[in-house]
Amino acid sequence: MAAGAATSVRRVRESGLISRKRRKDRLFAALGLACLAVALATLALLVVSLAADGLSRLSWDFFMSYPSRFASRAGVLPAWVGSVLVLAVTALMGIPLGIAAGIYLEEYAPKNWLTDIIEINVTNLAGIPSIIYGLLALGLFVYALNLGTSILTGGLTLALLILPVVIVATREAIRAIPMSIREAAYSVGSTKWQLVSHHLLPYSTPSIMTGVIIGLSRAIGETAPLITIGALTFIAFLPAPPIQPEFPFVSFRWLFDPFTVLPIPMFNWVSRPGRDFAGNAAAAGLVLLIITLAMNAAAIYLRYHFRKRIKW
Amino acid sequence: MPMSEARAGDGQVRPRRAARRMGERIVEGGLFCAALSSVLITLSIAAILIYESVEFFRHIPLSLFLTDTVWTPLFAEPRYGILPLLCGTLLSSFVAMAVAIPLGLVSAVYLSEFAPAGVREAVKPVLEILSGVPTVVYGYFALLFVTPLLQATILPGLPGFNVLSAGLVMGIMIIPYISSISEDALRAVPMELREGSFAMGAGRLETSFRVAVPAAMSGIMAAFVLGISRAVGETMIVAIAAGQQPSLTLDPREPAATITAYIVQVALGDLPHGSVGYQTIFAAGLMLFLITLAFNVAGYFLRRRFREAY
Amino acid sequence: MVEKPAQAGLPKAEPAPPLPEEGGIKAEVKNLSFYYGRFQALKGLNLKITKNAITALIGPSGCGKSTFLRCFNRMHDLYPGNRYEGEIRLYPDDLNVIGPEVDPIEMRMRIGMVFQKPNPFPKSIYENVVYGLRIRGVRDRATLDARMEEALRSTALWEEVKDRLSSPGTALSGGQQQRLCIARALATGPEMLLFDEPTSALDPISTASIEELMQRLEGRVTILIVTHNMQQAARVSKFTAFMYLGELVEFGETGQVFTVPRNERTSDYITGRFG
Repeated sequence: MAAGAATSVRRVRESGLISRKRRKDRLFAALGLACLAVALATLALLVVSLAADGLSRLSWDFFMSYPSRFASRAGVLPAWVGSVLVLAVTALMGIPLGIAAGIYLEEYAPKNWLTDIIEINVTNLAGIPSIIYGLLALGLFVYALNLGTSILTGGLTLALLILPVVIVATREAIRAIPMSIREAAYSVGSTKWQLVSHHLLPYSTPSIMTGVIIGLSRAIGETAPLITIGALTFIAFLPAPPIQPEFPFVSFRWLFDPFTVLPIPMFNWVSRPGRDFAGNAAAAGLVLLIITLAMNAAAIYLRYHFRKRIKW
Repeated sequence: MPMSEARAGDGQVRPRRAARRMGERIVEGGLFCAALSSVLITLSIAAILIYESVEFFRHIPLSLFLTDTVWTPLFAEPRYGILPLLCGTLLSSFVAMAVAIPLGLVSAVYLSEFAPAGVREAVKPVLEILSGVPTVVYGYFALLFVTPLLQATILPGLPGFNVLSAGLVMGIMIIPYISSISEDALRAVPMELREGSFAMGAGRLETSFRVAVPAAMSGIMAAFVLGISRAVGETMIVAIAAGQQPSLTLDPREPAATITAYIVQVALGDLPHGSVGYQTIFAAGLMLFLITLAFNVAGYFLRRRFREAY
Repeated sequence: MVEKPAQAGLPKAEPAPPLPEEGGIKAEVKNLSFYYGRFQALKGLNLKITKNAITALIGPSGCGKSTFLRCFNRMHDLYPGNRYEGEIRLYPDDLNVIGPEVDPIEMRMRIGMVFQKPNPFPKSIYENVVYGLRIRGVRDRATLDARMEEALRSTALWEEVKDRLSSPGTALSGGQQQRLCIARALATGPEMLLFDEPTSALDPISTASIEELMQRLEGRVTILIVTHNMQQAARVSKFTAFMYLGELVEFGETGQVFTVPRNERTSDYITGRFG
């Protein structure tokens, strides 16, 4: 048996089998790098094409002007104000709800069919197209609950959209905390809620925040659901200011005002025939891209920094 | 400790303990409601879509909806065949997956089996960025860069709106989904399996595709399925770059409308609440919801089967 | 199969071996050292592996026996940061297994390995056994069938699985899986087999059947087995090497090593004074 093997392997070597394997390995490694290069080159081209068309349009006026029929005078003032306000509502509604749900699923939920249904649901929600959330909001918030097309509706819609992201981020953050911490807390007589509020949440906050920031960065770029609920594409006014000179000094009227968000003027300008507004669209796109990248970078930095500080 | 003091302490502790237990239960109830909200959301989505669609199907028979080949609900003589929209959705998704599946899978195998750790660390965050770019920006890129590029190089007769550019850009956007889920699946395959293959004299490519990929297959299938679901649900890229003309065509070089693009088009217009035109977006939305639900459920069970194996 | 003339590849000057041989020396380890990064795991090992005999490597955890075993089929090359020093000369070709001029893939084709935890591929039993042949480019169905059956018969699996060759290899019991892995290694006709604690994850009955299998292979293949089970070493092997902290403390015929060890540390280990 052994002599036969030696000769057959020698025959194999002579036939170049092994060198063919090595060559195939090298070719595939090159192919893999090429695929990655295509993806990354596309990203680079995207940034370059945006910058080429839009960089010149970026100016203080651009941020402070209202949309206009004249490309050189059109700006994104109502859009970024709208984005900030909508995102504030989104964060206020979505984060507590998501964290609460995540805590329940990770620490309290018993292993039964109801928990399974909830978990399947959360996974499913993450895969529902964003425009369907828009349809839900249209039927439910705008008409059935009569909230109309308002910042409140927009914020609620996006809150529902990022809910799965927050829930998953919370669950993974809490799951990473070792059992020994829980045992230590219980052994000195903590209740479950004390364990959660005094130990689990504080330790997992940076991790949860990472997920929240990523969720919000996705929310800021969402267009389809907000168009569906009727966010305006041409808006010549800002929502009512939250601070007022007379009593009671704080107003919530802005919650019910019509609005627009950053991606919508871009969509509007891109859809126009001719290239007059292409520069504006590119400028808006650059702003969106920079904000999104900054948020993602913040999230990654937070994740990295946190991982270095606490070692389980 | 004198008995009297113990008894006094005992009298005070019991109501506090009961209050604490009550507080715990309230907290748990609150958290449970938060978790239940996810189910409520799904039910609400289903309810709204079904309610409005039922109204719609009172006017237009389901069979006509599913078989008519023209979709012109806003014309003077409206026709309500969903096939053109379905066709547009499937065509654009097909182009996208034709890009995303090969590039995504090869990237995943390369990153998991071949790449040195430095390359992997550097590339993964950039791929994440690719999936985080807002889709309007991708739409801009498809319409104002990719289409002119194609027109200038290999497809001179390409119309300004076409499914090809939108599909290609969508594909690039979906690569990170496919590659990260596939890579997770590959990473979960234990090293002993690969060592068994290497120990027999296999090369790295052989080991990757004969042992690692088959072992990770259900996880990789889940990645494909979830990628398709993402492609089917995409709105802005196709709304911007593929045009909004419903057309029953299998040629990606022509413009077409997807279900999602149609919904946006209607929402931009002015349709009175309760009109048939208004209801069409819910009927189309229901169709979209059912398709993505099917893919999501398939993906979920594939992932679960994979997790059970490892 | 053409038998090459005995001339080509006999070692040059054969020093008088200290051990009785059966068929000569298969491999000679010369001053072998191994480094995981900066940590030296093997320190100047010297020994001769007798052809077609079973040699056991014993020693406490961390003594380097698995590290030593994995040098023979260059498994360390799969991971970065590892370094070999010295030589392992393989006969009859007289090449240095760990030399940079030798292709690890060729070594792995000639020297098979069975792992501690059975690792059948997620394929059918048939495909598992013929895997080694397929990656050598053998495609002829008749050859594959014949070698597969021969391998399964030598591991006493044939009768148990001949009716379900297309069922997955992972559906077998632990002991059967390990026998499948051994059949997989045997199907390509290796000159040497490395067993890395092959029965430590198995129940006593499977262990016994695998030990019996090894004894049947004796005389046909050179076997090197790492085991933490001294009784197993005493049962199956002809020669035993005792290692401690990366060094070869004692090497000789199994009977001698276990009854009258020359080194005090050997007798301490064998009598259980440490382990």
